[in-house]
Amino acid sequence: MGLDIRWPIGLMFTLIGVLLVITGLVNGADARSLNLNINLWWGGVMLVFGVLMLLGALRGKKNPPVN
Amino acid sequence: MQPIHLAWVDYTILLAYVAFVVGIGWALARYMKTSSDFLTSARSIPTWVTGLAFISANLGAMELVGMAASGAKYGIATSHFYWVGAIPAMVFLAVFMMPFYYGSRARSAPEYLKMRFDERVRFLNAGAWAVMTIFMSGIAMNLLAKLLHLLLNWDYGWSLWLCSAVVLLYVLKGGLTSAIYTEVLQFFMIVLGFTPVVWLGLKDVGGWTVLKGQLAGVAQNPAALALNDKTFDPNAWSSAWKPLLAGPDHNPMGVDWFAMIFGLGFVLSFGYWCCNFLVVQRAMAAKNMTAARNTPLVAAIPKMLFPVIVILPGMIAIALGSLPAKNYRIPPPIVSQESYAKAIDAVRSVKPSVADPGVTTVGTALGKKVYADRVEALISANVNNKLTDVQIKDGLYNCIAENDYDSVIPSLVEKYCPPGLLALALTALLASFMSGMAGNITAFNTVWTYDLYQSYRRLVLDRPRPATIIRADGKSEDVTFTLKDLGDAHYLWMGKVVTVVGTLLSIACAYFASHYSNAMDVVQLVFGFVNAPGFATFLLGMFWKRTTSSGAFYGLIGGIATSAVFHSLTLATGNLPGIKGGYLHVVKEYSSEMAQNFWLAAFAFIVCFLLTVVISLATRQTKSDEELKGLVYSLTPKIKDENQPWYQRPPIVGTVLIIACVILNFIFW
Repeated sequence: MGLDIRWPIGLMFTLIGVLLVITGLVNGADARSLNLNINLWWGGVMLVFGVLMLLGALRGKKNPPVN
Repeated sequence: MQPIHLAWVDYTILLAYVAFVVGIGWALARYMKTSSDFLTSARSIPTWVTGLAFISANLGAMELVGMAASGAKYGIATSHFYWVGAIPAMVFLAVFMMPFYYGSRARSAPEYLKMRFDERVRFLNAGAWAVMTIFMSGIAMNLLAKLLHLLLNWDYGWSLWLCSAVVLLYVLKGGLTSAIYTEVLQFFMIVLGFTPVVWLGLKDVGGWTVLKGQLAGVAQNPAALALNDKTFDPNAWSSAWKPLLAGPDHNPMGVDWFAMIFGLGFVLSFGYWCCNFLVVQRAMAAKNMTAARNTPLVAAIPKMLFPVIVILPGMIAIALGSLPAKNYRIPPPIVSQESYAKAIDAVRSVKPSVADPGVTTVGTALGKKVYADRVEALISANVNNKLTDVQIKDGLYNCIAENDYDSVIPSLVEKYCPPGLLALALTALLASFMSGMAGNITAFNTVWTYDLYQSYRRLVLDRPRPATIIRADGKSEDVTFTLKDLGDAHYLWMGKVVTVVGTLLSIACAYFASHYSNAMDVVQLVFGFVNAPGFATFLLGMFWKRTTSSGAFYGLIGGIATSAVFHSLTLATGNLPGIKGGYLHVVKEYSSEMAQNFWLAAFAFIVCFLLTVVISLATRQTKSDEELKGLVYSLTPKIKDENQPWYQRPPIVGTVLIIACVILNFIFW
């Protein structure tokens, strides 16, 4: 199908990653998450995942698969 | 649990997810030109996408919530549903069965049965499927709406209609492809959303070694957490095989190893993974035979590791419950405000004496089983009415000696997630419920359009009809004619119409399920009757060319009847005869419902298998060898894949996966 799924996955997780990182920076650590700033750390992980997906999609666009 | 208040970041993340799934539907809409695009994705999707969708269709919310519940109830032995009850069957599907599903160019699993046997077998299978998918999606939506009501205090009806509308919107726009794409999105949401919750929980308990130590304590006195009335050896919650081999009285599941391996590992597991159209449909949407065969294998890798995300939370929950300092319990079943008020009165008014400390009075007022020592402590703490209503209510909450195991996941999310992460976990939950509905709706519209509607048209309406024409010169001539063939556009239209109808029916089922909880048990039970014997039909059809259509049809009916009879004659200890079985006469009593289910599946399979063989030998084969080419193992040329790299060859990858699975079983032996 014409749409490369890596675009929506990459965009969504980049967005959520950024949102979590901002929340982490603004709110700081929370007692609920054992005084770890889990939003910041996990937001970072999701941001990296999202960007990797976007890079994959970009590469796929440059080298379309041969059918 | 108190309703959770969402912060702006939580709403943003929830809305972003909804916007993305609807956006995917819109982006795909322009590719939906034929019924095949809409209902079968025109067989165009790469392996990793179908693989993740395959596993995601299985990892619905009910699996997520239910497996965490089982993790609490039964401990690490729950992983048998993965390492015994899934991986071998997935490998078998990839290596042996996929060539027939994909190679026959059938558009659905019932259509394979039509090609291999005849319309009768297809109708039986497709009819059961159509009803089942609607009920399953209804059950999922009912649970979702209930959960949203409980967690966020959203209105039940609004939640139900809103979530269904989102699902309808993207399925109607993008068809099966839309459903598959959102399933992949859901896969990542669940993995990324629940990993931090599990990690925080494990860290809070004190790590794996402490967890195992706590579970050993729990196993010796599970009544302290209202888990089980019996006592077990220390390893009952932390070893997968030793308690099983020791016998049904030594493991909290109450099953023996034969029922586990044959009932679950063979019949139920192969019946689900190899014949369940909901998952098989994902593999059938792959772009070529190699991709189709590799789909279940790609799916098997995450499936093997999922116990960490889905079973471990249950184990963490009981370890937390056994550590008083953590101030955690698995939430009890919901108690109404009226019952709480009555129980508070009881606590205040009861006159404790040595003979009757007042436990029964409070328990009756609350309408639940209670821990006697905690009620006594609460009553004596309230001497001279020292406590406020709120304090007594909190005390009563902790006195309830029953667990609502399905709340394990939501309660851990609530305990560990600050705003932000909270939305991620909630969205993952929401995503899995919605894609569960989407998966069932897309299976339903395909089965309805191709297997019920189109086959009915072709049999009845489009059948050639004889007619006599009288010409102008007075001579008459015999001709045949057919009603006008409606062409593909009609079936695309029908696929869309039935998507809307299916969604509405699911909503109706959700309301139905919310009003009659027993009715849902009946429905699930009846589907259990149909599923177990079905595997025998597919297995014989694919691997024994002598199987005849009549053999398959009557064998299947015999298998279903066996399930019903078996159920009416057996009962699990502790259950009353009725919906749980034994309503005719209790011939055999099993130590748990799970054992009863496993044995039922085993019996139904064996009867269906033997009946099909016997009737096939007694009846004439109606299909020629030429017609069965590509449908039966011995008449189909072997697939040559020697020139493919090893990781593209299903037999090799499958063997590696089985070895990895065996190793996992030994590690947690």
